Amino acid sequence: MENSDRRGVSRRNFLAGVAGAGALATLAPASRALAAQLGSTGVLGLAEIPDGALAEAVMYALPGKVPLIKKTYRPPNFETPVEYFRTPITPNKAFFVRYHLAGIPQPVKAADWSLAVDGDAAGGAAKFTLAQLKKEFKQVELTAVCQCSGNRRGLFEPHVPGVEWGVGAMGNAVWRGVRLKDVLAKVGVKSGALEVVLDGADTAPLAKTPDFVKSLPVDVAMGDDVLIAFEMNGQPLPHWNGFPARLVVPGWTGTYWIKQLAHVRISSTPEKNFWMSTAYRQPRGLFKTPTFASQLYSPNEPITAMVVNSLITSLRTGQKIPRGKPLEVRGVAWDRGNGIAKVEVSADAGSNWTEAKLGRNLGRYSFREFSLVMPTRADGGRVVMARATSGSGETQVESLIHNPAGYHHNVIQRIYVEIV
Amino acid sequence: MRTIVAAVLLLAAGGVFAQESKVMLKEGPGKDKAMQCMACHSLDYIHMNSRFLDKAGWTASVNKMINAFSAPIPKEDVEAIASYLAQNYGKPPAK
Repeated sequence: MENSDRRGVSRRNFLAGVAGAGALATLAPASRALAAQLGSTGVLGLAEIPDGALAEAVMYALPGKVPLIKKTYRPPNFETPVEYFRTPITPNKAFFVRYHLAGIPQPVKAADWSLAVDGDAAGGAAKFTLAQLKKEFKQVELTAVCQCSGNRRGLFEPHVPGVEWGVGAMGNAVWRGVRLKDVLAKVGVKSGALEVVLDGADTAPLAKTPDFVKSLPVDVAMGDDVLIAFEMNGQPLPHWNGFPARLVVPGWTGTYWIKQLAHVRISSTPEKNFWMSTAYRQPRGLFKTPTFASQLYSPNEPITAMVVNSLITSLRTGQKIPRGKPLEVRGVAWDRGNGIAKVEVSADAGSNWTEAKLGRNLGRYSFREFSLVMPTRADGGRVVMARATSGSGETQVESLIHNPAGYHHNVIQRIYVEIV
Repeated sequence: MRTIVAAVLLLAAGGVFAQESKVMLKEGPGKDKAMQCMACHSLDYIHMNSRFLDKAGWTASVNKMINAFSAPIPKEDVEAIASYLAQNYGKPPAK
C-alpha cells in the first residue's frame, strides 16, 4: 500500500520524483538516469515495481516490434510503454508480449496452420485450415482490451513473485475473426459439455513441464463475442501475438486468449492441469468477478474477467506545469464489458471530484478515452487522481486488495505535479 | 554437461535471445548450481524477482520449479541455490 499522508502526497512518489530530477540535473550520466526511470510505476503515482525489476528493464525490439520494455528474454515477456496508451487503439508493433514457456512456436506459414476440434463432448472431430475458417464461417469484428492477469503485479506491496509487470501488460485492438461458437456448433456440442479446453502451439523446453492449456466454461465459450481471431487492427496478427490465429475472450483476462491456437477440445469434465488447478487462481469470493463454477474444487477459484480500471497517460509525478497553463488529465479506462459509465478526476488528493469528458465509444470491451482540462491559478503541489466507474457501478479501489498471485490491481493513481 | 545443454538450448532459440547472455548472475557460492535455472528460462527472472523474497520465499520458488514444472534440479541442490538467491537477490535484512 502507498504510504500517504492526509494531503495524499505519497512520500515514496514524491521522493522518486525529486531523486529522478536531481539525477538528471547533476552528476549521473543521462543514459543512466533515463534507465532508472524506464518501466517505473512510481512516476505514474502508483507503488513502485521491485528494485531488481526496475534495474533489469531495458528497451528491446523483438523482430517486427518496436522497442518495448523487456521484463524477460526467454520466454519473451515485453511490456508496452505508457506512451502507446495515449491513443485508444494499441499499435500491433507496440502490443505487449507474454509467453509462459520457452518453447514458443517458430513463425509458421498461414497455409501450414490448422485447428483441430474434438473432445468427449463433441459431436465429432474436425480440422480447419485458416482458409476454411475464413470461408465457411461468418466473420466478426470487435474492439477489446487484452490484459494479462498479472498486469501491475509489480506494484503489489508486499511484492509477490511472478513476472513483475508495470502498467503495460495490456493493449486494445480491433480483432477480426470467426465466432468460436460457430466452429464448435459445426462439430457439434453434446448436452454434457462442461468446458472448452484450449491449447496453443507453444511448448515447454522439458517434456515433463505442464503444457500451457486453459479452459473456459462452455457457456462463455459459446458467447457471441468469443472469437478465433486472425486479424488485429486490420493486419494479420503479429507472430508474438499469436499468428496465424488466437482466441479472443473479451472481458476475460489474457490467460484465456490462447495464442497460436492449435487444438480446441469440448470436454464433459473439468480441466485440471497445473495452469487451471494451481496457477491463475485467486482466493474465492475476494473479487466480484464472474465465477467459474466447474473449477470450484479448492479454497481458491480461477481468475476470470477484469475489474474496472483506468490509466492517466498525460502526467508524471514530479512534473512541473507553468501557472496559467492548463492541467490536462487524459487517459484510458476499461472494464470487463459493462462499459465505462464515468471517469472522475481530482486535483486535490480526492477531496473534490469532477467528471471527465469521455471519448468516442468503441464498444463495451474497449479502452474509453477520458480527458479533463483544469485551470492552474495558484502555485503549489497537486495530487491528481482518476477514478473509473463501470456500467455496473463498480469503481476503482483506494487501496490494494492483496492476493498471493498479484491479480486485479486497480488502485487509483496519485500523481504529484507542481504548478510553478 | 548441464552447461553444454543450456548452451545448445540458447543456440536453438536463435539470435534474438542471444541478448539474454548479457544477463549475468552475481559471483558467490552456489552460483554454478543456480545456473541450472537457464535450462528453462533466462536468468533475468531472478533479477526481476529481487529483492523481496527471503530464504523461505526463494526455497518455495525453487521447489515450485521442481515440483510444478519438473525442473531437473537435484533435491540436494535446493539448499545451495536458495541460499545463493537469498544472499544475492533476497530481501535486504531489516535495519
